[in-house]
Amino acid sequence: MAAMPVSSVPWDEPEPELAPDAPVLLAAEGPHGPVIHAVSEAAAALGAARGDRVVDAQALSPDLIVRPADLAGDADALTRLAHWSRRWCPWSATDGADGLVLDTTGSAHLWGGEAAMLADMQAKLAGLGQEARIALAPTHGAAWALARYGDPRPICDDPEAALQGLPIAALRLDAETKLTLRRLGLKRIGDLMDVPRVSLGRRLSPALNRLDQALGELPEPIVAPPPPHRYRALRRLAEPILDPQPYLPELLGDLCRQLEATGHGLRALTLELYRTDGTAARFAVATAKAVRDPRHLQRLLEKRFESLDAGFGFDILAAEAGRAEPLAPAQTRLDGEADADLAFASLVDRLSARLGRRAVQVPVPRESHIPERAEAWLPALDHMQGRRADLLAPGGLGGGGMIAPKRERPIRLLSAPERIEVLYAIPEGPPVRFKWRRRPYRIARHQGPERLAPEWWHDRATARLRDYYKVEVTDGGRYWLFREGVLGDGRGGTPDWFLHGLFA
Amino acid sequence: MPDLDLPPIVEAFSDARDGAATGFVLAQLDASGRRGPILWVQDARAAQEGGLPYLRGLAHRDRPILRVAACNAAEALWAMEEGLQCAASSAVIGEIWGDPKALDFTATKRLALRARRSGVPLWLLRPDGVPGLSVAPERWRLRSVASEAHPFDMHAPGRALWWAERFRSRTDRPGEWVASHDRAAHRLDLAAPLRDRPVAKGDGGDAGVVRPLGRTGA
Repeated sequence: MAAMPVSSVPWDEPEPELAPDAPVLLAAEGPHGPVIHAVSEAAAALGAARGDRVVDAQALSPDLIVRPADLAGDADALTRLAHWSRRWCPWSATDGADGLVLDTTGSAHLWGGEAAMLADMQAKLAGLGQEARIALAPTHGAAWALARYGDPRPICDDPEAALQGLPIAALRLDAETKLTLRRLGLKRIGDLMDVPRVSLGRRLSPALNRLDQALGELPEPIVAPPPPHRYRALRRLAEPILDPQPYLPELLGDLCRQLEATGHGLRALTLELYRTDGTAARFAVATAKAVRDPRHLQRLLEKRFESLDAGFGFDILAAEAGRAEPLAPAQTRLDGEADADLAFASLVDRLSARLGRRAVQVPVPRESHIPERAEAWLPALDHMQGRRADLLAPGGLGGGGMIAPKRERPIRLLSAPERIEVLYAIPEGPPVRFKWRRRPYRIARHQGPERLAPEWWHDRATARLRDYYKVEVTDGGRYWLFREGVLGDGRGGTPDWFLHGLFA
Repeated sequence: MPDLDLPPIVEAFSDARDGAATGFVLAQLDASGRRGPILWVQDARAAQEGGLPYLRGLAHRDRPILRVAACNAAEALWAMEEGLQCAASSAVIGEIWGDPKALDFTATKRLALRARRSGVPLWLLRPDGVPGLSVAPERWRLRSVASEAHPFDMHAPGRALWWAERFRSRTDRPGEWVASHDRAAHRLDLAAPLRDRPVAKGDGGDAGVVRPLGRTGA
């Protein structure tokens, strides 16, 4: 058996704005506030260690960058890695939050022996950007212990001799048993082996069980979960074809029948067209809701065929469903009308397939009272699912921030506040005359100020407050202006004026 | 079934620095009483010049908005056509800045045919646009005018008023009005403006005859 602890964040790419050597640490919620879940090398050099409290580490060095840990995502990635590692042997499973266990019995000779297999594992994992410690032992327990506490020689034939010198923690014990053993003065596994069993059996049965498992006295089979169901339809053609579109209804129909048989729908579709000269074209589309309608799927793919290079023709077509989700069979409404939600979701799919997923957006309310942060336009493909359509409406905002919803807000908000040139101002209140986009305006009436304080919990300490005014200029336009900061607040010089929105 | 009260295409011209056209179009939509999501198509320049719709400021509390950020006018027109085929949406608002080549007579004809088939009304906002050839049966020119008095604060702007000029209509006479939106009653009010000019031919009894747009009253 081989066990390998994987470095703590599998397959997580660093965020683009972070340098690879930035002192980053990931925080997870602990019983008394956030606890460090993982640290980068630079952060470890600054004194942060796994298991410490985040506030303590930040007190030591304020430069640390704290990001929330995605524990569910890590577990998900580890499961995928476990399925991926079945390339070496048919039985693999995740082992704790950071390890994999593989039952390589009878598979090693296929890779040219155990040492060659371990070298291959090390190289393949390094290719994924994963640093792994690998150990091979006759039992799961021994492999676990050697991978985490063992010496660099990874292959062990005699677990009893190999475990003799390892610390007690290598037995996969809970904290309470470890404490008991330490109080008894049993620090190494060898100490535990020497103690007569009869005298300690009752108090230390968990430790002795683990020891027996590691030595192979007790069985510990690996439960390898089956890989997720793959929905895939394949069509081999007798002759190469140049235009695959006439064959798609059958192919997609086959895929949709597979989905229907298990009561699923797909959220993503991959179409692969294999050319006779060995290359392949690959298209992917996504949908806002789970679907299994071949005609709708074909419409989503239509645009891709406009610029398709067929070469000498395609001879294999394959369609695969990604992200299958449960989808109950729909019933036609009694009045015969099409389901409006479904019709709208398919409109979102068509628009996103053609214009790109980022071009089709829905507003998502955020918990913030700063106007530009209070709502974000996010891709509709990801954010339509699971919410009723009317939740997207402003009525569903429910306040959201600290602003009472009755406060008047502009009808259009500029994507970034634009600086205006103040021509004549009075000390309190809005400017009397200002220039925006090189055109002068004169203010006839105004309402305000409405003061919005910066959000101290994630703004910089130098962020200034804003005083918002609704103003009406002499020729009728109504605008939302704000002054950033007040004179003498100690956070910069003379405050600037900005135009942020347009009223109806 | 197409709603006969509403013309399928309305064009609204305005300055890009003015929220009048947006407010007027949304008021008409509110008065029309149609339910369902709104598809709001903007080309990149329109979004840059006039900003994005701000949900907290909109009066449409029961209609979700789907926004399409098209990078040019041709893409925006395609998205509008696609949206007009979906009868589930309550309206399509298309916003195209200036006078791009793609938005010609043929393009408006295509839009009109699709709008008529599905019965989904299309409001075409034309910030900084110049009225060229178009099949739109109704075309408006809009700008903000000084608002009503605020009930509690004499220095504050009150309810918004817009100068609305219908310079083309297939069913009605062209005319000029001062428009305002009654949010509580879901109504768009059009009032004849105060005229401060010599009496001309055609002035008189029918100066205040206005066909209300959409359904009046809640």
